[in-house]
Amino acid sequence: MGAAHGGALAARYLAGTSPVHRLEPHLKVVSVLAFALVVVATPVHAPWAPLAYAGHLVAVLSVAAIAGVDPGRLVRGLVVEIPFVGFALLMPFVAPGPRVEVLGLSLSQSGLAAGGGLLAKATLSVLAATILAATTEPRELLRGLERLRLPQVLVQILMFMIRYADVVGGELHRMRVARESRGFRGGRVSALRVLGPATGSLFVRCFERGERVHLAMLSRGYTGRLPAGPAAAVGGRSWAVALALPAVAGVVLLSGFVLG
Amino acid sequence: MLPTVVERPRRTVADLRCERGRSQLQTMCNKVAVVHVPDGFLDAPTSVATGVLAAGTVALALRKARAELDERTAPLAGLTAAFVFAAQMINFPVAAGTSGHLIGAVLLAVLVGPWTAVLCMTVVLMVQALLFADGGVLAIGTNVTLMGVVAVGLGYGVFRLLRAALPRTRSGVLTATFVAAFLSVPAAAMTFVGLFVVGGSDVPLGPVVAAMGGIHLLIGLGEAAITVAVLGAVLAVRPDLVHGAAHLRSATALASRRPEPAGAAR
Repeated sequence: MGAAHGGALAARYLAGTSPVHRLEPHLKVVSVLAFALVVVATPVHAPWAPLAYAGHLVAVLSVAAIAGVDPGRLVRGLVVEIPFVGFALLMPFVAPGPRVEVLGLSLSQSGLAAGGGLLAKATLSVLAATILAATTEPRELLRGLERLRLPQVLVQILMFMIRYADVVGGELHRMRVARESRGFRGGRVSALRVLGPATGSLFVRCFERGERVHLAMLSRGYTGRLPAGPAAAVGGRSWAVALALPAVAGVVLLSGFVLG
Repeated sequence: MLPTVVERPRRTVADLRCERGRSQLQTMCNKVAVVHVPDGFLDAPTSVATGVLAAGTVALALRKARAELDERTAPLAGLTAAFVFAAQMINFPVAAGTSGHLIGAVLLAVLVGPWTAVLCMTVVLMVQALLFADGGVLAIGTNVTLMGVVAVGLGYGVFRLLRAALPRTRSGVLTATFVAAFLSVPAAAMTFVGLFVVGGSDVPLGPVVAAMGGIHLLIGLGEAAITVAVLGAVLAVRPDLVHGAAHLRSATALASRRPEPAGAAR
């Protein structure tokens, strides 16, 4: 919906020409997955865990700096974590084991480590995923998933969803403008009598549009597969660039095991 | 002369356009309420197990959805996924002062069938994880298990059981949907708590379980109210589109219009 080309789903995309932007999309997905794996594999209760998380953080923030993703965007990406912050904050209070006094509160040591570890892991992984979303266009990402051998039908469903999310979002917005122009005010339970049918007709419109799209595709020779050009070979250099992030995180983890 | 009693519209269309940016921001904040498991919450065996379960279910769903939508699967499921994605952004008032969001698992299962619903939920969760960093990239399997497999599977199971027990009417279908949608939310939440007990940490979770259960019973009521309101509207205008109400359809009895043989009328 916004000004960005590609609409609501591309809202997190930030056009650019950095090395991260130029990297093949499927390599970026592999890189983020591998980084998340390393982060999750970092043991929470090890005494060197905070240092390791700091190392991972430095690694992921350097990638953000190279990609030109500004800190504000990274922080906004972290908003999704908020419900789990509560969950993690609860853990020092309910966990058993030796207690420590912090600011007059009696907190469990293992609970503190577990809660902190949860937050650190979630934060690092969200940061990596935010960089992925900020440097990869939805359509490119789709091509990447296709190259990673996601089932064809699933890729096509994703493609239709990404392509039509804006059309449906626009429909939703027009319905809202129409509703509010007629004096509708939300916030009361009686509004459900208006919003329910509105959502229902949104579904009917979406489904009917799907049928029309299918017929239009059939008339243009759709056979269940989408034509795609041959995928360009990926050089070793691209792999090296892509795997730099998980490799650095892996080195941090290994040095923790060896030195810790 | 314009009638003087007309209340001034609170906002003009142009105002609404200006508010577009703000509403998007609100939307983003609101979406927080639909909680997705981030990476690192569950240990490796649990994540792998839920990932395998999710992958297996999706593979099965890819095959079975063809029976629900035949060769139109890709465009129709894609548009339905876009619908859920949009519908999850609508802020529904539920009870005094509180508002809720559709999760949509049971709504989809009843509207387009359970297998297509699994595919749509999977696709929505993937988009949220990869394009919005909402829900961990490694935890996609866990999230699909919770909101696809458990919410859709259990919800649709309850729906089918109740539909068989209740009278074959519109209100029977709506009642079954209400209960199914209500149960699907605490079921998914409790599954998450169960997974957390098995593969999360060694923290005793009695109070957490109680709190999550209580909150999710309320969220479930909201989900049920919204689901029934939407389903009722679709049933009113296009009952033929509702997969779960196919048994309500009956062939229209054709009235016999054969002309009386000449002379018989006299």
